[in-house]
Amino acid sequence: MRKLYLPLLILLLFVIIIGGSWLGIINDYWQLVLLFIGINIILTVSLNLINGYMGEFSCGHAGFMAVGAYVSGILTVWLFAEDKVFGPPVLPVAWAIPLFPLALIVGAIAASLVGLLVAIPSFRTRGDYLAIITLAVNYIVKSAIENMEVIGGPRGFVGMKRVMNNMADVFDAPWLLIWTFIAMIAAVLIIRNFMASTLGKGVEAIREDEVAAELMSVNTRRIKVIAFMLSCGLAGLAGGLFAHWPGGYINPGTFTILKSTEIMVMVYLGGMGSISGSIISAIGFTLLLEILRPLGVFKWVVIPLLLVVMMLVRPTGILGNRELTDVFPKLRAFFGYEEESYALASD
Amino acid sequence: MPLLQIRNLTHWFGGLRAVHDFNLDLEEGELVGLIGPNGAGKTTVFNLVTGAYRPTAGEIWLNGDNLVGLRPHQITAKGIGRTFQTIRLWNELTVLDNIRIAHASRIKYGIADSILHGQRYRKEEKEIKEQAMELLTVFGMEQYAHELAKNLPYGAQRRVEIARALATEPRVLLLDEPAAGMNPGEIGELLDLIQQIRQDFGLTIWIIEHQMRVIMNICERIKVIDFGETIAEGTPQEIQNNPKVIEAYLGEEAF
Repeated sequence: MRKLYLPLLILLLFVIIIGGSWLGIINDYWQLVLLFIGINIILTVSLNLINGYMGEFSCGHAGFMAVGAYVSGILTVWLFAEDKVFGPPVLPVAWAIPLFPLALIVGAIAASLVGLLVAIPSFRTRGDYLAIITLAVNYIVKSAIENMEVIGGPRGFVGMKRVMNNMADVFDAPWLLIWTFIAMIAAVLIIRNFMASTLGKGVEAIREDEVAAELMSVNTRRIKVIAFMLSCGLAGLAGGLFAHWPGGYINPGTFTILKSTEIMVMVYLGGMGSISGSIISAIGFTLLLEILRPLGVFKWVVIPLLLVVMMLVRPTGILGNRELTDVFPKLRAFFGYEEESYALASD
Repeated sequence: MPLLQIRNLTHWFGGLRAVHDFNLDLEEGELVGLIGPNGAGKTTVFNLVTGAYRPTAGEIWLNGDNLVGLRPHQITAKGIGRTFQTIRLWNELTVLDNIRIAHASRIKYGIADSILHGQRYRKEEKEIKEQAMELLTVFGMEQYAHELAKNLPYGAQRRVEIARALATEPRVLLLDEPAAGMNPGEIGELLDLIQQIRQDFGLTIWIIEHQMRVIMNICERIKVIDFGETIAEGTPQEIQNNPKVIEAYLGEEAF
């Protein structure tokens, strides 16, 4: 029954974080930090699918995040809150509690459809060219939002705070943190399971040698479409969660190339093609940003400097292409985390 | 009817005619060689047959199916496996994963199942892993299963590449210079291996090779091309004494 250790550990973490926030043991500031950690883990793990596992260079992840943020934000405000533009709530406010995750999923689907648009040029271009295309998509999304006055244009979109307040009025719980935690676990499991499957291994074959992959019966186009849609969809999910943060607003200025770079930094710090590396670096980087907050603008001197040092000392990132269980094999035994691939040797 | 039929295959790279009017009938169970000097267009022929390049003109039929215009993974699924002149394993993946991925065309579970790991997924994955391990056992490489491909010695990498090609369940196996870079001992082992898999897997084999020892020992029929043109065809003995072949390899002054 060792297999239960990891789920139990996650459950314990869930109880501590959510219970602590509920009872007010964890204050608002730390709740916000935990929220950002969760969102950043989703963003990092999802970008790792493209930049790490597939070896493509996508640098417009914030664009997909923006699509998810706006779609699910607009949806919840339209459905569950009084708004200047959308008028009174369409549905009874109490429904917001069960329907909130659905709004997040709609945002994720919208983002993955935009991801499909990026997947198509990826059939023909690789490397620098694909990087330029994804960069362009990031700008297109940002400019499109800036020019839509209905949803606030460059000033941003507000109203999500009312949705969250309405939910809390019906039943008082740290709803956003609960869903962020669940979404984070789901995102990690989706990437982990997909990459463990023979179908998903095709992604790594594309990174290693795309021509050989296609000639050895991997449908590279299909795999690329799946990978892009999965990755962008998860970015949209993270965006949907971010849209409902206690600040209560989102604006296009948040989803610029700077945000995309931040996500890339987390991926490269953690190590390409490593899920545990992504998790560690997302946690570490988010905390680092908070620790360096007193430095003000100078933290953007210190952080890039850290990245330069990192690239010089350890260019593969914290756990380049390996998982925590590879570095500490005892962990694998402890969690009963025997990958199915190893089970065969024993039977 | 021949298993693989190639009719008037022609390919231009811009203004360069790399292959011209290439014809071949490959009968089931045959072992045929393709030789020619460097740059003769041998690998181009393989690339055309496997769909890596799209021919300028000509037809390719496998067991009655037209292969021209299909994407490479579709052609592989129809039953043509190949190895490469320079080893093209997926280096950062384990040997087992290299073999597993080559089963891709036979995966029936969908995307959702690959994420949710349902019953069907587990059954199929178990089969794929068992088949992959079996294949490695045939090649005597089961102890390397969890090694990264890049860490294997050269000869072992060549064998993994052949195993990977077999994992696609080909009817016709194209070997592109399998003996390149091997020492005489390794070549001997390779010859045994080719004979063995030919019998065990009921394969039709088409081989490009420079090592005369390989070609003369195992090929029943040889085709010689030079500058994209077929210059000779016949049994190893006939080819050895063909003046055109000698000229192509050694130059005109040899006469």
